[in-house]
Order: sequence, then C-alpha cells, then structure tokens
Amino acid sequence: MPREGILVHNPYERMTKEQVRQIHHASMQILTDPGLISFNRRAAEIFASNGAEVTPVSSGDHPTWLVKIPEKLVLHALDSAPRIVKLGARNPDNALILNGEEPRVYFVTGSETNIWLDVEFPTYVKKSDPKIEIQVPEFRPRRGTVADLCQSAHVCEHLETLDGYIRTVNIQDKDITEDNKDVNKFFASLNNTTKHVMSGLTSLSQLDNVVNMARIIAGGEEELKQNPIISFITCLVKSPLQFVEDTTDTFIEVCKRGLPVVVSSSPQAGTTAPMKEAGIMAQINAEVLAGITLGQLVNKGTPVLYGSVPVRARMDNLDDSYGAVETSQYNVDCSQMARYYKIPNYSTSGVCDPRTPGTQSSVERLFSDILVTLSGPQYLHCAYGLLECNSVFCLTQAVLDDAHFQMIKFFLRPARIDETEIAESLKQIREVVATPQKLYISYIRRAMRSRQISPPYPFEGDRETDDVFALAYKRMQELLARPVDHIDPATTARIFEEIPGLLRRQVDGLKTEG
Amino acid sequence: MTEDIIDLIKENVIQGRVTQDDEGLEEGMAGEPGVTELVGEAIEQGIGLSDIIKTGLTEGMETVGQKFEAEEYYIPDMLASAEAVGAAMEILEPHLAENGIEAKGKIIMATVKGDLHDIGKNIVSILLRGAGYAVKDLGNDVDTQTIVDAVIEERPQYLGLSALLTSTMMQMKDVIQALTDSGIRDQVKVIVGGAPVSEEFARSIGADGYGADGFDAVRAVESLASDKAKG
Repeated sequence: MPREGILVHNPYERMTKEQVRQIHHASMQILTDPGLISFNRRAAEIFASNGAEVTPVSSGDHPTWLVKIPEKLVLHALDSAPRIVKLGARNPDNALILNGEEPRVYFVTGSETNIWLDVEFPTYVKKSDPKIEIQVPEFRPRRGTVADLCQSAHVCEHLETLDGYIRTVNIQDKDITEDNKDVNKFFASLNNTTKHVMSGLTSLSQLDNVVNMARIIAGGEEELKQNPIISFITCLVKSPLQFVEDTTDTFIEVCKRGLPVVVSSSPQAGTTAPMKEAGIMAQINAEVLAGITLGQLVNKGTPVLYGSVPVRARMDNLDDSYGAVETSQYNVDCSQMARYYKIPNYSTSGVCDPRTPGTQSSVERLFSDILVTLSGPQYLHCAYGLLECNSVFCLTQAVLDDAHFQMIKFFLRPARIDETEIAESLKQIREVVATPQKLYISYIRRAMRSRQISPPYPFEGDRETDDVFALAYKRMQELLARPVDHIDPATTARIFEEIPGLLRRQVDGLKTEG
Repeated sequence: MTEDIIDLIKENVIQGRVTQDDEGLEEGMAGEPGVTELVGEAIEQGIGLSDIIKTGLTEGMETVGQKFEAEEYYIPDMLASAEAVGAAMEILEPHLAENGIEAKGKIIMATVKGDLHDIGKNIVSILLRGAGYAVKDLGNDVDTQTIVDAVIEERPQYLGLSALLTSTMMQMKDVIQALTDSGIRDQVKVIVGGAPVSEEFARSIGADGYGADGFDAVRAVESLASDKAKG
C-alpha cells in the first residue's frame, strides 16, 4: 500500500478555464517566438530531428542554437508523458503514487542548502530580577556535512507528515569532491530513510554509479523499474528560455534510463521573468513544457514531473523572495496548469526569507504551505526546515514544520456529514438539552481517542516565555534517538564493493565537523 | 456477589458511564448497567453504603485521577467519571444519615445576576459532585437575594459563585455583602471563580477561596474543609 498523502477534494484554483487556455496559447507562442536558446548540442539535434526549427546562433567554444518548438510536438509529448508516476521507496509502504488527474498531495523536504544551522540554548538572567532565568535559542551557521545529511534523513524518516525526502543539505566535507559527492549524498539519504529519495546530480559521470546503487538496494534492474526508490530533479531550462549545457545532458541521460525526473524551472519575476502574473506564467509554462517535450523525444513514456519553482524578486536587493505573496500565487497557478496537462506537479511552498526560525519564518511558510497545498500539487517540495530562501537548513525547524502539516492535513479531511452522522447528532442534541448541565462533553471522549479531534499544538509551553523552539528541539533529539531501518549489512557490503567513492565512515560512524 | 457489584461500580466509574445508555470508553459497554443502575441494585441487595462509596466510587475516582496524571485520561474523561459519581451520590444521599455516614458537605452554586454563562459553573458542579459533595445548582443570572435565601434555607457549608464578565464580577462582592448584612456570612465559605476573576480579586471582595479552573475549585473547597477540620 502506498502512502496516502492528503487528497484535496476541491482544489483551490486562481485562474478560470479561459485564463488557463490563454496561458497555454501564450506558452505555445513563446515556444516558437522567440523560442529557446540551447547551449546543449544534443538537445538541439534531438529537436531538429523531430521537426523543430533549429538554427545555429553562434559557434566556437560555446555554440548555441535557437530552437523553435511547434505546438504539435508539445502536444504529442503531453500525450506520451505518463499521467501516473510511481515514486518507489525502500519500504514499499512508503511509495508514492502521483496521479496528474488527482489532487493528492505528498509533502516532501528540500531543497539543498549550503548552510546547516546548529542551535544552542544559553541562559539569560533578568537584570531587574536575577532570580528569573530564561533560555533563548541561539543559532550558529556552518557548512553542511555528510553527518548532517544523515541526521536530517534520520529525523525526516520519523516525521509523520513527511512523505518523501529531497536532500536538505549540501555535503561539503574536506574529502567530498565532485566525483564522489553524488554517491555519498544518495547513500546517506537512502541509508537513513526508507522513504522515497529525490536529488539533483552534481556530476553526470556519477549517474550510473548512483543508478547501480539504487539497483542493488531495490534488488535488481526490474525491481528498480517497478519500485524506483530514487528520482532526479533537473533544472535544464534556465530562465529566460535557455537549455543549459550540462544539466540538459544530465536530463537526457536520466530520461534514457527511464527513472522519474522532475523538469524544474525557477524563474524570478522581475528579473528572469516578467513581473506580471500572465507573463511569468506563460514563460514558466513554456520552459517546463519544452523540458517535458525533450524528455519524451529522448524516451517516449519516460516518467516526468511538471516542476515549478517560480519566485518573485525582492525589491530591495533583487534576491529571491519566497515569502512574497505573489510567489504563492504563481505556484498555485502552476498546479492548475499541470493539472490541465494531467502531468503530476512538483510544486513549492514553505520557503521563507529570514535567516533564523521565528515569527517571520512561521508566518511566511504557513501562508504558502496552506495555500499551495490547497491547490493540490501531487509532489509538494515544502521546504521542511529551510530558511533564508534555499540557503540555510535547520533540523529543529523541520520538526516544527511537521506540526504545521499535521494541522493542514487535519483541516483537509473531508467533511463528515451524511445521514448517519446527522441522525447521531440529532440524538445527542436531544439528550443533552434534556440534562441540567447541557454539556456535550461525554460525547467527545470516543472522538478524541479515534483521532477525530485535532491534537493540541505539540510545542505549547506552560510558562510566560515562548518555549516552542526548546520543545521542538527536545522532540528532534527524541527522534534522533529513535532507530531507523538502515540498509541491511549484506547489501551495504555489496554497495561498498561495487560503487566507487563511498566514504567508509558513512557506516563506521560519523562525526559532525565543527 | 458484593465484591462483583462493587467492582462493577468501580469499573463503570473509571469508564465514566452514568447509565446503561452511555458508551464508556471500551467497545460493547452500551446496554450494560451503568453506575446509577448498579448503585440502585447494590442498595436493593443491602450492600453497605460505605463499601459502595469507598471501594466503588472513591477508588474508581482515584484510578481516574491517576490516569489523568499519567495523561492517559483527559478532562472530558474526568468529568464523565465525576458525573457518574455525582449521580451515584444523589441516589445514596437519602440513605447516608440512616447508615450513620456523614455527608462530605453541601455546596450551593450560582452564576451571578446579569451573567448567563454557565459552562464553567456546570463543570465545577460536576467535579464537586464527583468529589462527594452534595451540590445544589441555582442556575445562572441568579439575583443576590435568591442566593442569600438559598443559603438561609439550605444551610450549605460552601457557596460557589461564578461570573464570566467584568461587568458582572462585582455582583459577587454584593452577594458577600448581602450575606454579611443577613448575619450569615460566618456560616458559609464563599469560593469564587470565572474568567475575569483572580485570586487577588477574590481576596479584595472578602471571598474565602478562589478556583482558577474546575480542578482548582475542588482543591479550594477541599482546602477550606481541611482548615475547618483542623479548627
């Protein structure tokens, strides 16, 4: 049985059907005028051999081509792209079934950050009353390591609402190089969670090592096909409208291997995309459709996700502003476009602007988490633990986010109103009104125990001070102490024998670098 | 047989089942006799009242208290059990004197004049009944003279006053003053409570006790009872 996720019965849509059609037609026009610049020769050749108009733009060391993709090619690709994509897992009960026509949402971590945020709780004494002491969280940023990634996967394995795992932190240990980063990040993730693992690829040269590792863990070639325990995310189109040389190569190779892959585009409204909603939507849709078309031309039927990570620019420094309200609008629109095409949607929420956890991070992430979830994307990369856009990861924040998603999931339960419920309620009302106390309390006991009543906020303190973070930290420590189901020793031994570049300390005991 | 029925009373207190119609917490209990039916049967069988009270009701409530402390039970469970004990005590009350058992005490409860809020007062009433007190509930929006008359007539050891509004809380002061004016202030301990009420306010109006919530109200009454016993 796959994971249930949460089915959004009436997904929230901002656009009318006519507006959706208008965006589609605008995207089709963009794909032929101005078309896309390809820095990747193979993509240009594939498009040219399939009837697209491809014109060399420049030659030399960095040749480029102008690719104009006709609507017919896009529509064929949309026909052949699977509507249902399975993302497997080491524990088959953690598999995810993404149906492009069904707004069932799965919550997933990510993206990859460079900075890991440690937390300490120094004690402060009140000057005017030294008897009063409080503990205030202090945050210490540092470079992420393999040990951090393992810890993150370990805790995420135990977070109830979390359905899948995208690596949260870039491993930057001294002995990690471009040639061994991919195998180590995939192994660290796979060995510490039994949920689905998705990641980007640092080096194409490592793709086969990573796929072979997954094959060994899954139990063979066919087993991996049936239960794809890993998938990839690729940003092959750089906004505006450019096929990137190296990532496009990675995308083509992943498609050849038939593993699920996200075609992700991340335009920034105001700088790399128009600020206007119509403009950024037409462009991002064109960019994602161009990628999906390429994937289907490489390998018809290969499983792809419509990956949308649109963002608005900050007006003060032109950085990404994931906390901006418009960012949520764009993401909600993208969910609707993906559903129009019946392709599962990889969407984004929960990314926020501040550097440390606190009021602003809670407001921004909850705002987008609620709204984007309501739009019904199938695979919601909802930034558990992420701060300062995509720069910082804080594991305790991820634990806090789990509590947010418990609330959201509870809210999205379908309304329980039917003949039986009405009859039972009428009986209750009549009985209670006849009593002197007129209280319904005795009827809520069963409901409480059958999880029909939402639980209290798990990090509520009992003092005047705000203890939320300290309590979440304690919860994080409890989850870290709880064992995880690692890859079995025989399989691990085989992986270390056959896959080059793995750090022995991944299984011999890890220490976090200070 | 005696042990069986006492055990059943205790178990049904733990389950919070007042009557046979109550579901309780475990499956399949609806339709089985609840505390009221079982206590009635125990009286008919001539089982000693002190056994019913001590072993059935009190031990049952003690178990409930332990479960609450252990966070296995929640407030609604405590209230359901307290309601069951309260219902049992109402049935037992007429038989207490003839069996030489002294009641724990009588309490008059009221929400003061101008205030229609009675959830808190009702919960406190249930909990006090569950703790073994005889409770007479005058209802809500009760004027001062009605409260004074009830104290004169019923001669309770305790008077519980509730107010939810800042605009009605001063009525409590009026009631206490009226008790003094009627010459019966020293005959009854007054405990006050309600959302806008604080311990400081309780002291300022001359109340004897203050309950921050339902459980605290019971503790306040128990504390006054203990002081009284010590003389």
